[in-house]
Amino acid sequence: MRFTKTKAVIAAVGLSLSLAACGGDGGETDVEVADNPEFEAGSTMAELSESGEIVIGVKYDQPGIGFLEPGADAPKGFDIEMGRILAAGLGIEDDGIEWKETVSDNREPYLQNGTVDIVIASYSITDERRQVVGQAGPYYVTGQQLLVREEDKEKITTPEDTEGLKVCSVTGSTSLQRMVDEYGADPVPFSTYSECVDQLLNGTVDAVTTDGAILLGYAAENPDELEVVGEPFSEERYGVGFEKGDTAMCEYITETLQTAMDDGTWAEAFEATLGESGVETPEPPTMDSCA
Amino acid sequence: MDTLIQEFPQIRNGFYTTVWLLLFSGLISTVIGTVLASFRVSPVASLRALGTGYVNTFRNTPLVLVLALAISVIPTLGFNNLGFSIGIRDFTTFFTVAMLGLSFYTAAFVCEAIRSGVNSVSAGQAEAARSVGMGFGQSLRLVVLPQAFRAVIPPLTSIYIALAKNTSVVAIFGVPEAAYVMRKLSNQFTSDLWAIFIGIALGYVVIVMVISAIGTLLERKLAVAA
Repeated sequence: MRFTKTKAVIAAVGLSLSLAACGGDGGETDVEVADNPEFEAGSTMAELSESGEIVIGVKYDQPGIGFLEPGADAPKGFDIEMGRILAAGLGIEDDGIEWKETVSDNREPYLQNGTVDIVIASYSITDERRQVVGQAGPYYVTGQQLLVREEDKEKITTPEDTEGLKVCSVTGSTSLQRMVDEYGADPVPFSTYSECVDQLLNGTVDAVTTDGAILLGYAAENPDELEVVGEPFSEERYGVGFEKGDTAMCEYITETLQTAMDDGTWAEAFEATLGESGVETPEPPTMDSCA
Repeated sequence: MDTLIQEFPQIRNGFYTTVWLLLFSGLISTVIGTVLASFRVSPVASLRALGTGYVNTFRNTPLVLVLALAISVIPTLGFNNLGFSIGIRDFTTFFTVAMLGLSFYTAAFVCEAIRSGVNSVSAGQAEAARSVGMGFGQSLRLVVLPQAFRAVIPPLTSIYIALAKNTSVVAIFGVPEAAYVMRKLSNQFTSDLWAIFIGIALGYVVIVMVISAIGTLLERKLAVAA
């Protein structure tokens, strides 16, 4: 009991500090850990609940979504909050969650060989991926957008405006390819989004492009210098990855997230993470059925 | 296979960038490398130290690190408009920075190859040049270096071949060259992976073959009866 109280105090102090600092730290939402939840014997949920531990694959380099601050013990972000909600439903405390960094290329192998139990890592649902892994959700719908410097926000508002301008994204990504093939932008490929943001801040590129959710996180880190502009011009539906064929797991994930969406926890999580950039909390998306 | 034919213009543009990078960096690194080599064999101690320091720094640093440093530091110093154009071709700031990074890195190797060539010219040649009244610069320029270049053609050829392949590293530093096109296409056309990899590899093979052909030609042309 005392432990929880201390923790709450620390969280409260941390939260007020972060508010005072105007962004920076992502706050944590209050998630109620289920008390001895019941699951069908033999199911993945029963196993996880029994062991009190879960391994969740997340991104470490996307502010607002899944980001490990230098020196911090655990990552923060919207994906992290979703992970905490799902773990809490299994009766797993925050201490029982092992965060494992995944990059875009190793998400499927990690799920297939059991390195992680679930993946929540800005993992867009696609038919091609659903052939090798299970994907529940979407718990968030975003789309490709543009991140520009504050002084350019009137000049660059639609993807058409980037014709002939230098646009940065990750080498080989579909977002960069779309800018070149459809809008005639000059591609500037880098290996990570943060390098792109550095080049945007120092004025060498004109825009950075990828999923809006990822860009919002960077905008939240530099609220005075960067701005996400325009409407999304593609649709990415973030889902929770699990082992292919585990329908019960899919149902658990969908139901738990639906509850979080209905009771406001989802919105709270959004405000504490992606919402810090000043964007309005959207309506929760409608999730796919598991059948 | 269809991908290669269909996307040929992209692949060709990627290789244009690769070849431009190779040409510029090859030229600049040869100039810097030769100057450095003359420093390393000069009678002035401080110049020798400068040359040795340069070689030790750049030869011992991974290329990725040199490029990462150049690309993140140079723009923050205010140089974010280093692009230039020749005719109808425009080169971006990233191209310039990558080209300089590759040149500085390769110059260390060029320097060592040339120094080894200078050392292979018998001391008698330099002594003879001095005895007819030439200074250090003159004897190096007119007597030693011409003979040294002949000896260094094979190692220099290897260095330029390594440079040609090293240009692929800049795909993650803002320059859309051949390796970038490969990663882009392999992401876009997952079913045609082999064709894409082999096609791009062939492009590099062609470039390398041209370099070695030039090397062999020069070697034959400059050969003298022993």
